[in-house]
Parts: sequence; structure tokens; C-alpha cells
Amino acid sequence: MAAVKLYGPLASTATSRALACLLEKQVEYQLIPVDLKKREQKKPGFLAMQPFGQVPVLQDGALTLFESRAIVRYIAEKYAAQGTIGLLGKSLAERAVIEQWMEVESQTYNPPSSFLVFQLAFAPLWGIPQNQTEIAKNEKKFSNVLDVYEKRLSESKYLAGDEFSIADLSHLPNTEYIVKATGKAELITSRKYVNAWWENISSRDSWKKIREMSKADSKK
Amino acid sequence: MALIKVHGHHFSTATCMVLCCLNEKQVEYDFVLVDLPTGAHKKPQYLALNPFGVVPTVQDEDLTLFESRAIVKYLAKKFKGQGTELLGNTLAEQALVEQWCQVEGQSFYPPASTILFQTVLFPLRGGTTDEAVVEINIGKLNRVLDIYEERLSKSKYLAGDFFSLADLQHLPWTQYLVTACKKGDLISSRKHVSAWWEDISSRPAWKKVAEKMPK
Repeated sequence: MAAVKLYGPLASTATSRALACLLEKQVEYQLIPVDLKKREQKKPGFLAMQPFGQVPVLQDGALTLFESRAIVRYIAEKYAAQGTIGLLGKSLAERAVIEQWMEVESQTYNPPSSFLVFQLAFAPLWGIPQNQTEIAKNEKKFSNVLDVYEKRLSESKYLAGDEFSIADLSHLPNTEYIVKATGKAELITSRKYVNAWWENISSRDSWKKIREMSKADSKK
Repeated sequence: MALIKVHGHHFSTATCMVLCCLNEKQVEYDFVLVDLPTGAHKKPQYLALNPFGVVPTVQDEDLTLFESRAIVKYLAKKFKGQGTELLGNTLAEQALVEQWCQVEGQSFYPPASTILFQTVLFPLRGGTTDEAVVEINIGKLNRVLDIYEERLSKSKYLAGDFFSLADLQHLPWTQYLVTACKKGDLISSRKHVSAWWEDISSRPAWKKVAEKMPK
């Protein structure tokens, strides 16, 4: 039985962010589904692990850890010597630039993109009315952010430099939904360098595996 | 060796986070004022440093860095061994520090900054406070602070029994909540959150920064 347990549904962007890192580092893990429809994440058993009632949660031996971006950093540090090397850079300065783009994802890319994903991909499925004014606002915001990314990626193969890092990895889940499930794929595909970067990072074995697992899940 | 340069504004919470960290690590720096009221942060000269046009941006020799939470991590690592240790000693401790740093960024900062915007910044620009939005965000912050109350009843600081970046990241926003926003009761009504706030806000490194913030 694998020592590392990840609790969360694969469909959750935060869960797939953490899982992508486990796969890149070739860490043996057990993925334990959490049924959000049944509000399992708000029940006492789950709240004892994660008091904010959110997925995912990682258990590694005696350590219980939440927040996907903290989980990503922990896995990349602990398993530094195996799997994809260089996810954290090779120097303090490289690491700093990776952290900078991690924060850009967290504070600037995530809010408008996750709003669009919720409104365009999930709200219709769950019978929640869409807010067209806010959708337009967030689309403009996200576009402006992507313009900065386009310039950056015209100068740099990956966000933090020449190598794939946790900064690029962190962008995989939201971008997947934007491109596949919102009808707004052209936000990504119309930008030459952003599109090339997206094609590149989403064709990594780790993300291909997550796509396979999602497909299998949706057939259950 | 050139001094570290901080481009920012004394009223900016993100700038204050970085200045506090520099003080905790006993690192000298040059402060370069970015005149936010005149839109200096959106002009080409600043955008060349930080394409997102926000403060602060830090220069350390060849390295230019933005995003306050990334900057403080860099400083905490670079100056390990001097001033206050801010990252924890073991891999597990470091992970917990990062977890609570993420909680600040994802769960505390959004409602706190919305409250600041609605109750102080927007009115300053001639806008009208949307009380419904303030109400919703006070509700969100109350739920978050209930969880902090529980956590801090078992742990002196957020990540454990040591002051860390996780606590430091909360200083600027809480300072404004308690002063300019006049929402101090959010803190003072909770025994352990209150004690934690008294403790961390009375650190000399923070007091030096808070002195220059509007009340």
C-alpha cells in the first residue's frame, strides 16, 4: 500500500495539480476519491484533516498537508532526486523566478480563469444561472494576463526559463478546462507562444496520464 | 555589492510584507518610491521591471523579482542564518509554513482586500461602498477566522510553535482591517486570534513598517 495518499476527485483542478506533481516525480500514491456532490468534504471525518473543507489533502506518513500549491512544493522538495529533475531550478535565483511565476498563477492567472471555468463549464451542468456581465469582465481580465504571458513566452521557452518547472505545472489544470470545456479555447490558441507552450506542457506524460484517468472516470 | 532595491509604496500591503521581511532578516535596502497616485506603476519605465504593473518589485544584483510572496520566500532562503528564521527547520515544518502561506493567499487575502477596497480605497476615489459586498466578505472572513481561532488554540503560531512567513504574510492586511477599515472586532472578539495578533504586530520589524502606513 503506497505511503502517500491524495484525497480528492480527479475533476478538481486543485487535485489534478497535486497529482501532476506526484506523477512527474514518479511517486507511488493512492488516489482516494472525495464525493463533492455528496458534500463529503464538509463532513467531520474530512474536516478533521482539512478544516476549510476543501480538496485535495495529502497524507505522507505522519504529515497531513493541504493547499495544492503547498503539496506541489513539498513533493518536488522531498522527491528532488527522482522523476523529472529541475522542477525547482538549480540555484537560488532560478528557484526565486519559479516562485514568482507560481505566485502569478496563484494570484493573477487563477482568479479570472477559474471564474470562467466555473461559469462556462460547470454552472450550466449544475443548473446555476450564469452571470454574463461578470463573464465578460473576467474574460477581459484573463485576456490582459495572457498578453503578458505571450510576451514572456516569446522570450523564454518555459515561464521561469529554459526548463519545465512547477510554475508551468501549476497552470495545467485551469488551462485544460479553458481549452476543452468553456468554448473559449481561442484565448489560448490565438496566441502563438502561449499556444506553443500549452501544446508542449500538456503533452507531457504526466498530463497525458491524467487525461486517460479522467476519460476512464467519466465512463464509470 | 549593491544594496537590494525595493520599488514600492509605503501604503501598499504587498510592499509592507517585503519591507517587514527585510527587517526580520536584518537586511539593508534602498527604497525607491513608485508614485501610485500618479499612475507611475502603469508607465513604461516601471512596466519594464514588472509587466503586470503592480508593486513591489525587488532588484538584487542581476535578479529582478516581483510577487511579494515570492520575494519574501527568496529573502528568507537567501539570508538563512541571519536575523529571524522564517521557514521552519525540517521538511515537514517547511511544508506547514507553505500550507499556511497558501491559506493566507487563497482564503484570508481575498475577503480582506475586498473589505479594504470597498470601505477605504474606493471611497477615496469618489466611489460608494457596496455594503452588500462588504457584508458577504465579512461573512467569509469570519468563517476563515473561526478556523484560525481553532488552530491558534492548539498552536502558538500558524505553522507551529515558531513565528514564520505564514504569520508575517498576515501582518499588512490585518493592520488595515484593524485600523483604516475599523473592523478590529473581527480580531479582538477571538481570544487566540487576538493574542496571536498582539504578539506578531508588536514585533519591532513590523512596528517600523506600520509606522509609515495610514491609520
